[in-house]
Amino acid sequence: MKDILNPDNRYKDDKVTDACSLFGMMDVSGRLFSGADTVRAIANMHDRGNGLGGGFAVYGLYPDFADYYALHIMYMGRSAKDKTEVFLKDEFDVVRSEEIPIRTRPGVTNPPGLWRYFVTPRKDPCLVVSDDDLVVDKVMQANTTIPDTFIFSSGKNMGVFKGIGFPEDVADFYRLEDYEGYLWTSHGRFPTNTPGWWGGAHPFNILDWTVVHNGEISSYGINRRYLEMHGYHCTMQTDTEVAAYAVDLLVRRHGLPVSTMATVLASPLWEEVDRMPDEKREMVTALRQAYGGLLLNGPFTLIIAHNGEMIGLTDRIRLRPLSAAVKGDVLFISSEESAITLVCPDIERSWKPRGGEPVVGRLGEPVALPKEWDVQNREAVGR
Amino acid sequence: MTVIKNNPKASHAQSTALPSYHCHMPSYLKPRFRVERSDRRCIRCQGCVEQCSFGAQYYDESADRVEAVDTNCVGCHRCVVFCPTSAIEIRHNPVEYRDNAYWRPEVIEDITRQAETGGVLITGMGNDKPWTSYWDKLCLNASQVTNPSIDPLREPMELRTYLGSKPDQVQIDPATGRLGTRLAPQIMIETPVLFSAMSYGAVSINVHESLARAASMLGTLFNTGEGGLHPKLYRYGGNTIAQVASGRFGVHPEYLDVARVLEIKIGQGAKPGIGGHLPGEKISAEVATTRMIPTGTDALSPAPQHDIYSIEDLSQLIYALKEATNYTKPVSVKIAAVHNSGAIASGIARAGADIIALDGIRGSTGAAPKIIRDNLGIPIEMAIASVDQRLRSEGIRNRVSLVAAGGFRNSGDVTKAIALGVDAVYIGTAALIAMGCTECQACYTGRCAWGITTTDDKLTKRQNPEIAAQRIANLVEAWSHEIKEMLGAMGINAIESLRGNRLHLRGVGLTREEADILGVSLAGE
Amino acid sequence: MRVERVKLHENGSVARVETAGLHYRELNSILRSLVADGADRIELHGVAGQRYIGTDLDRPVQIEIFGVPGNDLGSFLDGPRVTVHGNAQDGCGNTMNRGTIIVHGMAGDITGLSARGGNIFVRDDVGYRAGVHMKEFGDRRPNLVIGGTAQDFLGEYMAGGVLVALGLTLGKSAHHLARFIGTGMHAGVIFLRGVVEEHQLGKEVGVTQPDEDEEKLLEELVTEYCGYFEVEPAKVLDQPFVKLFPLYLRPYGPLYAPTHRGIEGPVSRWKVK
Repeated sequence: MKDILNPDNRYKDDKVTDACSLFGMMDVSGRLFSGADTVRAIANMHDRGNGLGGGFAVYGLYPDFADYYALHIMYMGRSAKDKTEVFLKDEFDVVRSEEIPIRTRPGVTNPPGLWRYFVTPRKDPCLVVSDDDLVVDKVMQANTTIPDTFIFSSGKNMGVFKGIGFPEDVADFYRLEDYEGYLWTSHGRFPTNTPGWWGGAHPFNILDWTVVHNGEISSYGINRRYLEMHGYHCTMQTDTEVAAYAVDLLVRRHGLPVSTMATVLASPLWEEVDRMPDEKREMVTALRQAYGGLLLNGPFTLIIAHNGEMIGLTDRIRLRPLSAAVKGDVLFISSEESAITLVCPDIERSWKPRGGEPVVGRLGEPVALPKEWDVQNREAVGR
Repeated sequence: MTVIKNNPKASHAQSTALPSYHCHMPSYLKPRFRVERSDRRCIRCQGCVEQCSFGAQYYDESADRVEAVDTNCVGCHRCVVFCPTSAIEIRHNPVEYRDNAYWRPEVIEDITRQAETGGVLITGMGNDKPWTSYWDKLCLNASQVTNPSIDPLREPMELRTYLGSKPDQVQIDPATGRLGTRLAPQIMIETPVLFSAMSYGAVSINVHESLARAASMLGTLFNTGEGGLHPKLYRYGGNTIAQVASGRFGVHPEYLDVARVLEIKIGQGAKPGIGGHLPGEKISAEVATTRMIPTGTDALSPAPQHDIYSIEDLSQLIYALKEATNYTKPVSVKIAAVHNSGAIASGIARAGADIIALDGIRGSTGAAPKIIRDNLGIPIEMAIASVDQRLRSEGIRNRVSLVAAGGFRNSGDVTKAIALGVDAVYIGTAALIAMGCTECQACYTGRCAWGITTTDDKLTKRQNPEIAAQRIANLVEAWSHEIKEMLGAMGINAIESLRGNRLHLRGVGLTREEADILGVSLAGE
Repeated sequence: MRVERVKLHENGSVARVETAGLHYRELNSILRSLVADGADRIELHGVAGQRYIGTDLDRPVQIEIFGVPGNDLGSFLDGPRVTVHGNAQDGCGNTMNRGTIIVHGMAGDITGLSARGGNIFVRDDVGYRAGVHMKEFGDRRPNLVIGGTAQDFLGEYMAGGVLVALGLTLGKSAHHLARFIGTGMHAGVIFLRGVVEEHQLGKEVGVTQPDEDEEKLLEELVTEYCGYFEVEPAKVLDQPFVKLFPLYLRPYGPLYAPTHRGIEGPVSRWKVK
């Protein structure tokens, strides 16, 4: 099996440690917009990263191929591409393949070959397995067995663009001004070593799920072993990968609602649980008992996205920052508020979500403001 | 603005401490030491009674005899040294339990103590457990035949070291032929030995002054620790590393301005990952003034810096300090040596630090939970080796100076550390021993009979800064000369030729894995 | 090139700086030179995330910020009066020494961290750990007045100073939601207007009513707050305040047991003769 973490964890640390800036922006009406604001916002948090990783996830990206899985693939060599294309032909029906348009520029170093394919998996008539599971399996297979190949985006009607450089440079490199989506997330990275490998940048992706992450999860060791027990291979050795698989397990495979997923990842303190009404206490207690190994302990802010939904979440004592704001149908989530007001000076509401309370934007639904505003009609002083 | 004259809390019933949940019970502990006195030699001068700050000696008037309370003796030997007739001997009180290599007497005593108090065991100084000392398993090289050794008494021998971030390359302006690169602030030290962070409050003002004076005599730096700098020591500002720790005690613009180097304290080898509680008793009026806190309350240092929860936050504080001092001073970041130190150090270098200070598992403290001191962190030798190698592998070793701390006992340890890859070392315990410390580990009591770890006015006077500074300076002068001798023996006359030169080290009694981590060959190879 | 975008209008001693696109390092260096040239009022327009504004200025200059300044606004502040016409981010007033910060909006996490002096007035709410480890010393005592409410760990580790939360954003229930208020607090005082329940308080905190002197102090702080944000002081002072005070000056004294036999803990009765 190919050790795909090696390029990013060449010193074999327990895991790759990094920290960052995050920005996400979603129009819940589904209106498509360009990434200009997202790029400008993440660039304004330049000092939170160190130029060793930047990336974007865009949803609503490929409406003409919305029913096909869009595979974005990095090739570190000609033979990798040849081998992978043989593999793709065996396992998928490929309806379109093309090179991802780029523009070379200083500040973005060592780019691999970048291609995209729109595919549907070939069913094995002897196996009853969903398309999603099949794609996960094939992506894992390609990433772990074909040398110098890395599939870094594999969802429908969405795509990840990432690489080594500051996020604004990476955006320019990928010509992101040519794309539109209803949901953009982005990431500026501050790793504590020199990753020479583009796959290590965020967002991390599996199917249409993407995760961008800030912080370091101290519980990583057990989170990883818990997920391995459920069949995941944590090959990248990053907190972000663990978070993505945890969300996949809880929401896609175990069918839990997003709020419950947040309760698992950022469990309320026992002291709080003890004060809950019986029914709720029983549920939260059961979740903690069952999924204690998935509690993400230590500082984190995550922006998790998939088709139709964007979720912002911090750890239970909010050791990492997260600002949220709303303007009309648009929900903003950011490490710093100034990045939001820079691109939208006339926001209607801004708030700092409490630790463990998810901020959720869902296609076709109004953005839910924090609970305390609903019940108490909070007003800013003098307004 | 209304000024509340009384302390706002004073009108309410308040205790100085949480109600004690310990009940009083007879102790099952035996005295650790036995005070033996030769009655024939004792002249009843009561000097020992005066000297013992732990109440282990008293004069029985009716019998005209000086007696001892063995249970109170901490084994500091102050009385022994000051007895004019050498009448006193301090002996281990033999605790001859049934032999047991696992349930050793110390283990039994600790459990007993906790059963009787319900408390977290607190102690002072460094890890006293028999962890492997890799210094004792490394041999230094010497020149024989193929290249000459150098005689440092007559030939030049350079120990001068500059601390600060070095550029990757230097540019010369082709038009003028002048230096085109502007270097980050560089601090010159005449010897690669600095004095480790010891806060005023943990140690007495006279200790701070002694260290400051010694640093100025030696052309090196002392470190304020996290308790601020007393204004009377501002004149030693040029030899001062001003620490900014989680408590931010005594941190104000003037303090930052007066210092030569600023150091962000993230962790300490003796207690990685935990904060500190300087007990109210040690906070005298002067300590309170320097720390800029009220007298009588505990000075609580939070475990984390609450504005640093992540690597990009560290960068934010580094540049906050640089902005606050207009980029005139190097900023050091001190961390305890722990797992993944290599990755952490790399992050610190990228976050903009000019100096990284590493403190190993043998680092000392004025007070720490014993269980933390003895079990958390990794040996400094391993940390130096992995951090230096990591920074080199990533091509960023030049960006930072590396300083190591945690149990340097002699110039041999220092020289080996430099060969492993550091620019300089911090010494703390060795400097205190130079002043009289005997490693009794009772620093946390504030009653140090040697006048070192105390803020009591009378005990403080036991250290005369003039004499103490001279003793410390003597020690470091001697070490510096020994380092020169060792350099000369290796045929080197500039310290940078040894820095990171691991070919001058060979391991003895190391496993191959240990040797690989240290980046050294084994003796005979 | 960014510096060229700066439009600097010297009008008497008032300066106006267009900061869009300026890095904090350039912005602060402009501030230093303006202050050195004697400017006593500086308007910063188009501020978007620049850090450390106001640091390293030792004069009581007035700085008006339009936009959202970055983290560590006024860190180590030593005299200036900084007004933010918008929200402030995390670390506002970090280790502040003297001066005033007035925020016409919200402030982020760790507002007033380790402040030793000066005043911070926030019109609306603050984030997590506001007032963490605020201290006081001699006549220097920081005041942090929050018009609204705070998130968790308000006044954590507080070692001095005065922290006031007026609850003006709370609406009818007037219920503060912060948990762990004053956890580890061992000096200083917190005044809350509004409802707070026992379980929201740190275990080191006692509850009482302000005394007469404190009422007077509160009146002054509230009046000053109301002056900045055009609120009627009487409307704020019509409700009683709850006073939170540290139960113990030394909350963690008995946590530790000495390892040396014969020493009864760090509390020493022994005195050198």
